[in-house]
Amino acid sequence: MKFGVIVFPGSNDDRDTEYAIGSVLGQSVKRIWHKETSLKDVDCVVLPGGFSYGDYLRCGAMAKMSPIMQEVVKFANNGGYVFGICNGFQVLTETGLLPGALLQNQCLSFVCEMSELEVKTNNSPFTKNFKKNEMIHIPIKHNDGCYFAQDDVLKELEDNDQIIIKYKNNPNGSIRDIAGICNKKKNVIGMMPHPEHAFEMMSGSTDGKRFFESLLI
Amino acid sequence: MLAKVYITLKQGVLDPQGKAVKNSLASLGYNEVKDIRVGKYIEVKLDEVSKEVAQIKVDEMCKRLLANTTVESYTFDLIE
Repeated sequence: MKFGVIVFPGSNDDRDTEYAIGSVLGQSVKRIWHKETSLKDVDCVVLPGGFSYGDYLRCGAMAKMSPIMQEVVKFANNGGYVFGICNGFQVLTETGLLPGALLQNQCLSFVCEMSELEVKTNNSPFTKNFKKNEMIHIPIKHNDGCYFAQDDVLKELEDNDQIIIKYKNNPNGSIRDIAGICNKKKNVIGMMPHPEHAFEMMSGSTDGKRFFESLLI
Repeated sequence: MLAKVYITLKQGVLDPQGKAVKNSLASLGYNEVKDIRVGKYIEVKLDEVSKEVAQIKVDEMCKRLLANTTVESYTFDLIE
């Protein structure tokens, strides 16, 4: 599978993501600068973690205006896979490819820790490799990870099995402990935890790799 | 033309920042403060345009970028 990792000014996990997908998982991967106007022939776009545009105005608010994002939206609407990680998740909610919003952590501090998560569904291309209700470990590091959505949106997410992972010990006040979701068509996923930091045992867990391995099945 | 844009959190959206500010005011002795909600103020200086055009343009800017309408509301004043 061919992966494309978008790089915005201020992205900082693009290299770790490239390393994880390329060197650990052995897949074809390239970094794509945000000013590019073509995704070329990627099968899966990854929006990496970081502080695109310095988190100015709102996290991910200005990244959505980058030229490459028009292509990403077209790609997603045509069924292409898009994986948003942390800041990438924020960009996806700002773009509207995923519903809801990510707000400042309710604890008002930056959270940086290994997080225990429950996989809520294996009925998605990104979670085929998991058992429903399986507990996994993936690191989190964010200041604005509090997921919020209105009641009608939450009901849709529950009804359509769009909630991918939930926190076991909610670190940021996310509504219904939601840590990651997908869209209705299940080709776009966004999560606050960083799967790229859980590809090798030396970083404490390999659970992150399994989201990407699921895509290869 | 100057647009003064006020962006506030929608009702029902928790504002922990506002709560923290309220607690800080209380520790300064202002116990009469019932609630605080923190928002944003943005000044948009525009080229010479009519008030009608500015109204439409600034409204678009708010919807498209300045406010996240999932969780924020906005109002603005136009000053010539």
